[in-house]
Amino acid sequence: MPLRAKVASSVSRTAAALSRAAGRGDGSVIGGWIGLKIDPDLLAHLSAGRAIALVSGTNGKTTTTRLAAAAVGVLGRVATNSFGANMPTGHTSALAKAGSTPYAVLEVDEHYLAQVLEATEPHVVALLNLSRDQLDRAKEVAMMAQLWRAALVNHPDVRVVANADDPMVVWAATPPGDPARGVRPPHVTWFSAGQRWHDDSWVCPECGHTIQRSGEQWWCSGCPLRRPGPQWTVEDDGVLDPTGAWHKVTLQLPGKVNLGNAATALAVAAEFGVRPVDAVSRLGSVTSVAGRYAQVDRDGRNIRLLLAKNPASWLEAFEMADVAPTLLSINARDPDGLDTSWLFDVDFAPLRGRQVLITGDRAYDLAVRLDVNGVPFQHVRAFAEAVRAVPPGRLEVIANYTAFQDIRAELDRVN
Amino acid sequence: MSTESLRIVWIYPDLLSTYGDRGNMLILARRAQQRGMPVEVLEVRSDQRLPATADIYLIGGGEDGPQALGAQRLRADGGLHRAVAQGSVVFGVCAGYQLLGTSFFAKGAQCTGLELLDLSSDRGPSRAVGELAGDIDPRLGVPALTGFENHGGRTHLGPGVSPLARVTAGVGNDGATEGAWRGKLLGTYSHGPALARNPALADLLLRWATGAHQLPPLDDTWADRLRAERRAAVAAARA
Repeated sequence: MPLRAKVASSVSRTAAALSRAAGRGDGSVIGGWIGLKIDPDLLAHLSAGRAIALVSGTNGKTTTTRLAAAAVGVLGRVATNSFGANMPTGHTSALAKAGSTPYAVLEVDEHYLAQVLEATEPHVVALLNLSRDQLDRAKEVAMMAQLWRAALVNHPDVRVVANADDPMVVWAATPPGDPARGVRPPHVTWFSAGQRWHDDSWVCPECGHTIQRSGEQWWCSGCPLRRPGPQWTVEDDGVLDPTGAWHKVTLQLPGKVNLGNAATALAVAAEFGVRPVDAVSRLGSVTSVAGRYAQVDRDGRNIRLLLAKNPASWLEAFEMADVAPTLLSINARDPDGLDTSWLFDVDFAPLRGRQVLITGDRAYDLAVRLDVNGVPFQHVRAFAEAVRAVPPGRLEVIANYTAFQDIRAELDRVN
Repeated sequence: MSTESLRIVWIYPDLLSTYGDRGNMLILARRAQQRGMPVEVLEVRSDQRLPATADIYLIGGGEDGPQALGAQRLRADGGLHRAVAQGSVVFGVCAGYQLLGTSFFAKGAQCTGLELLDLSSDRGPSRAVGELAGDIDPRLGVPALTGFENHGGRTHLGPGVSPLARVTAGVGNDGATEGAWRGKLLGTYSHGPALARNPALADLLLRWATGAHQLPPLDDTWADRLRAERRAAVAAARA
């Protein structure tokens, strides 16, 4: 590593430690920010010599990254940005902090995938899904798919692991090669992690015709784009690998969604030569991820935290949550997106029959939504009030990003 | 009303449903049902024929490509034009508002609109993103508009339409006026579930559709609190 990079890396680690000591956060962003100021190529320098996997997508990337890191861990030490700091500053911090490791699994914000591909030259990139998320600041879905596709054209040697169930992902993962320049399209391994949310992929990104669906199959009515046959699939409570062998998966994380994430993690690890039979037991060691799925006992209530940031992830949260009293908390601060319109993309009907409480900066937006949805609810001003309002037992908390962090802070930054 | 029940058609949710646009359909249906009106709701996809006999048509927001495609298919279909000729209500939001006009700008090109409203849209100098508020045309008898806008277009109104509102916060058409209406056609840049924050606007559409001069009042406690909170937030941002 060049001297400048060494200095930058060392300063980056110190800044992160100071930030944590000062109680200013996880330190996973500030350290990288300072390091990159000193050496703009620091991420590339820190990546050199490591076999790297990138994990990107609208939803599930933090959890999948954690699972994939556990799976790749079969081979040796793995650096990872496990606090969900998923932009280049976070990657820089994670790699600087980890020191020399043969492997790294990095969660990447979907907007930064091209940049991080360039800097880290990964061995594998996993593409999970694309759906609407904070459109007041994020790129629209089709544009994001186009960015991914263009980025992959420049990296024909990267091994792509992609979700066969999401038409936008399939299109992004299969850019045409350029035979004239001898450029092949990248190699893709397909997994099936399901797609509960279809409303961003009715229109073919290739030709503009309608995407048809029947069961798990989908195909374009106007061009050859269709669901590829997946090599990795979820079956019952396990994962079917490309050889047809079935592996029982025992997770500490709820829901079928996380079985899909487990299948993805095993597929990523397999690209490094990890056999699923060796990795599968390690997946069970992953408990909560930056507070997601964390359980806290307080005043006789077992509180479980579920993060839901956009329509697709709300549908997933309802699938994971137990039939129990449920607190919903909504903010619309910068990290959440300032627009609450998406509340009407979510059908809250699965909550009927449960005791529903609402809170957060934008509880009134949610109140109007639930009213229209015919879901009775009670508005509470504070988290503690919600805890008092439910009987002893499980309390499911579903919240969007900053609302989730607020509640996590009340619970002593539970991880 | 055209039939025994109030028919609401959501036009092309496969193309034009960027952010919570379903809300407008749900809100209209619910407010009608709460008044005891039977309601029939149809979601018509872009590969289906558009029935010309509904009472209210909703067109939502969308990205450039789907917007251009939607306009093209609606022109070819002709159902919406027949419905308007028969006096149906049309409510267009964002991209759906633009395409009711004579032309709009999408994917770097001028596109022909449905020519149902005398207005045209082009690209503005910057994207308008944020809270949108305005005083609604007093002839409509509806309290102030509150919403959220997210668009790159600017819309120029011709003499054949009236502005829906005078802008008090945000951009709307051009920083001065917001939305447009003529007869029973109404469009706004207040995107997504615009009616969630503007229940009186929802009732205006229902009155237009049913011919009722008045509708029984509903409990709008939560919508009223939401409106007050948003009004305060806009005022605080300005202070």
